[in-house]
Amino acid sequence: MRIRFRFSKMGKIRFTSQRDVARMWERALRRARLPLAYTEGFSPRPQLSFGLALPTGAESRAEYLDVALDPERAATAAVDVAALPAVLDPLLPEGITVEEAVVVERSKDSLQQMVTSCSWTMRVTGPDRGQLADQVESLLTADTVPIVRERKGRQEQDDLRPSVLALAVAGAGEDAVADPTGRTVGLVAELATQPRGVRPVELVRGLIAVSGGTADRSHDGTDPAGRTLGIPVLDRACRTEQWIVRDGLRQEPLLGRVVPVVSDRAQHAVERAS
Amino acid sequence: MESLWPQIEPLLAHVTKPARYIGGELGAQRVVHGPQSVSWLLLYPDTYEVGLPNQGLQILYEILNERPDAAAERSYAPWVDMEAAMRSAGVPLFSVENHLPAGGFDVLAFNLSAELVYTNVLNLIDLAGVPVRAAQRGEDDPVVLAGGHCVFNPEPLADFVDCFVLGDGEEVVGELNEVLAAFRTDGGSRAGGGRAELLAALSRVPGAYVPSCYDVTYDEVTGRPAGITPRSAGTPGRVEKRTISDLGAWPYPRQQLVPLIEVVHDRLNVEIFRGCTRGCRFCQAGMITRPVRERPAEQVRTMVRSGLDRTGYDEVALTSLSSADYSGIEDTVTDIIEDPACSGQVSVSLPSLRVDAFTVGTAAQIQRVRRTGLTFAPEGGTWRMRQVINKLIREEDLYAAVDAAFSQGWKRVKLYFLIGLPTETDEDTLGIVRLAKQCVAIGKRYHSSVTVVASVGGFVPKVQTPFQWFGQNTIEELTRKIHLLRDAAKPVRGLTIRWHDPKATAAEGIVSRGDRRMGAVIEQVWRSGGTFQEWSEYFDLDLWTEALGAAGLTLEDTVYRHRTEEEVLPWDHISAGLHRDFLWQDWMDALAEHGLPDCRWTPCYDCGACTGYGVEHVVASAVPPAGGSQGTGQDLSSGGQVPVRFLSTAPSGAAPAPGPGGSAVALVTEGRG
Repeated sequence: MRIRFRFSKMGKIRFTSQRDVARMWERALRRARLPLAYTEGFSPRPQLSFGLALPTGAESRAEYLDVALDPERAATAAVDVAALPAVLDPLLPEGITVEEAVVVERSKDSLQQMVTSCSWTMRVTGPDRGQLADQVESLLTADTVPIVRERKGRQEQDDLRPSVLALAVAGAGEDAVADPTGRTVGLVAELATQPRGVRPVELVRGLIAVSGGTADRSHDGTDPAGRTLGIPVLDRACRTEQWIVRDGLRQEPLLGRVVPVVSDRAQHAVERAS
Repeated sequence: MESLWPQIEPLLAHVTKPARYIGGELGAQRVVHGPQSVSWLLLYPDTYEVGLPNQGLQILYEILNERPDAAAERSYAPWVDMEAAMRSAGVPLFSVENHLPAGGFDVLAFNLSAELVYTNVLNLIDLAGVPVRAAQRGEDDPVVLAGGHCVFNPEPLADFVDCFVLGDGEEVVGELNEVLAAFRTDGGSRAGGGRAELLAALSRVPGAYVPSCYDVTYDEVTGRPAGITPRSAGTPGRVEKRTISDLGAWPYPRQQLVPLIEVVHDRLNVEIFRGCTRGCRFCQAGMITRPVRERPAEQVRTMVRSGLDRTGYDEVALTSLSSADYSGIEDTVTDIIEDPACSGQVSVSLPSLRVDAFTVGTAAQIQRVRRTGLTFAPEGGTWRMRQVINKLIREEDLYAAVDAAFSQGWKRVKLYFLIGLPTETDEDTLGIVRLAKQCVAIGKRYHSSVTVVASVGGFVPKVQTPFQWFGQNTIEELTRKIHLLRDAAKPVRGLTIRWHDPKATAAEGIVSRGDRRMGAVIEQVWRSGGTFQEWSEYFDLDLWTEALGAAGLTLEDTVYRHRTEEEVLPWDHISAGLHRDFLWQDWMDALAEHGLPDCRWTPCYDCGACTGYGVEHVVASAVPPAGGSQGTGQDLSSGGQVPVRFLSTAPSGAAPAPGPGGSAVALVTEGRG
């Protein structure tokens, strides 16, 4: 028996790593006394399977976790799956919120293999709305967007463009990217996860590449006099959805909510799934 | 005080392990600073991962926050990348709970567990925006306190710490808080007087040592301290450590912190006893924490059960300086692993295993779930050496332990040794390889491939031990011994020798027995950028030797020199309860290769720890634990070199035949059957 959870990771806890989150869940599941299935061997661990790793520092409203239960003990324990979010929520650290839980079929493919794209909202500092809109336009109309990516400690050239499925400057009133300080401009994007996931910081690197800037991480986007140069610096990123594209439809991994695929070169904001 | 979070948050995107700085642990207190409460910042001067598990700080954190007149938060040394980001953005050191600036607290209280972190102490005081030298602090600056094992020689940090606190902190922390509350800055002026009056009042709290209340005179010829005397009548000439008589009265931490990121010792820790009277002469922890005080077994069970329930950990460590010596340890661990609430998934670990087969039997039982490596610490390579250091393990005990380990499925055994011990000869040093080689041979009986790791540390003499008079081996001598070991071990398949950098051993020696003149050395090392000296990637001996030279000091005089009986030791005014003549006699016994059995079960040697404080050993069992030479009443005359004798193994493949007093092996075996 396998239970799939959807949860969010918001606020200070975004600075923990994927591995840290796995350990938080292990402890919470033990405290909830769920009849977990364990791996074999000298060092048994609960069988947990997370979807696509979230970069440390990014928030998310769409994290998934599959938990395998021990079939024998689960049969006698009568697990009330619908009640699990309310049970687990207080056992998890502040900032981790369990949204939903359902029983799923055991399948060959892991969450990580099935998910094909993710929706993101981002906030950047540096450019004003007009400058950022120009950069977005340049990126979307470019045939290729060369960026440097780090892979296993090595730097590699890669083309970002095929992985950007949708990108737009966010509407001023959109909650997900609202910034009380007014320093930042919002972006919404859908980024492919296959063959390799694109991280928000790499998207921003692509915006810099198409606008002819340099991607100096430490640059705060201002000249010595403090004037903005329009070089975007990622301030905040939040994963809002993960999608499984199947037969031309986007499917949300937990409840199977279906949303039409956004056209490849769409310049309008990605619809926010509800 | 206002939260610095808005300034901290933007820095976190650019540093490694940003979750070190966010707080939010399970068990973290929601600290509210009332107008009348004394605000404490509890600091561990190393990284978050090393500092968070420190049980001493966690105990004080809870005790203080339970008081209506105190509020305590925590902080740790920011890693070098974060420190650089903080300094360039003008962000001072902050607490992890409310992200408040360290300089705004009434007290900065440091735990000192290792000497090489001293430069980090200075760095943290500086990052807090507080003058590093105590003499330069003003009325509004926090009071800098320090406790922990290292304060039994406080002198190297005497220029920087306002007040040291010796021994168990559970009771004294409340007394200190009351003094601080009476003097608390109220609208800019201290109600009870100025900073000098506050420090004088603190110096009258038993267990507290305020360096500025003492004068140091120096010998005109040698330049060494000739005497340390109090300036006023109310200040004690000799400061005695604090000792709680009943560990059962302090079931802390009640809410052990569960961090969001992985830390060292990431498990539930329950302290089962404090103190140790094995009497290993090199071991400072064993000397300064006497007498033995066991926690009642029922309380241990309760703390384990409620701790596992609350934290969700799947591992619990029963901590102490020698956990297998706890009265009824078998019953205690059996209860834990058989508890249905643990659903068979909880493992128990006993740090500091004793070297005997009985202990291995227990280890096999408690590590049914997850098997880590097994580690034994014979410390010395020959029986002669082990008599000198009073680690009375016979060779056959070690072989029985190793045999038991390999026969029960372990394929990897680690052995801890010290080199550079008093009277050590090359035969003693090479005895390490001889022992380890025999262990490999035993392992080969059970497995085609085994690993024995001999981990070799350079000995640093510590204060308040019988070896405090011993001149430490030079870097060259330690290096020569390491080469001896390496060459001798090279042909032995399955044996790996690991060693500690002799340069780091020397630097530790500089600080561990230093006097007040060492303050200038520590300050210069810090000013030259020498932080995180516990970390090999940042450790730099040249910084230390240059600073020593600048202060007119030498390694020969401060580290390598044997001290004499008449000599004034820089820590003579500090007492861990041990009589100086007891320590000297024990030093003489060591040189005479004379071992001294554990006083828990034999007549008192009058070391001073019990009688001086009107406390006594609290042990539930009047008889020593079974198994091997570390029980008592055993025949120690047979401890010399013995040829490796393969012990018969029980048909079940469980424990080997019990040695003297080893009936408990059978008991454990039956229990498992």
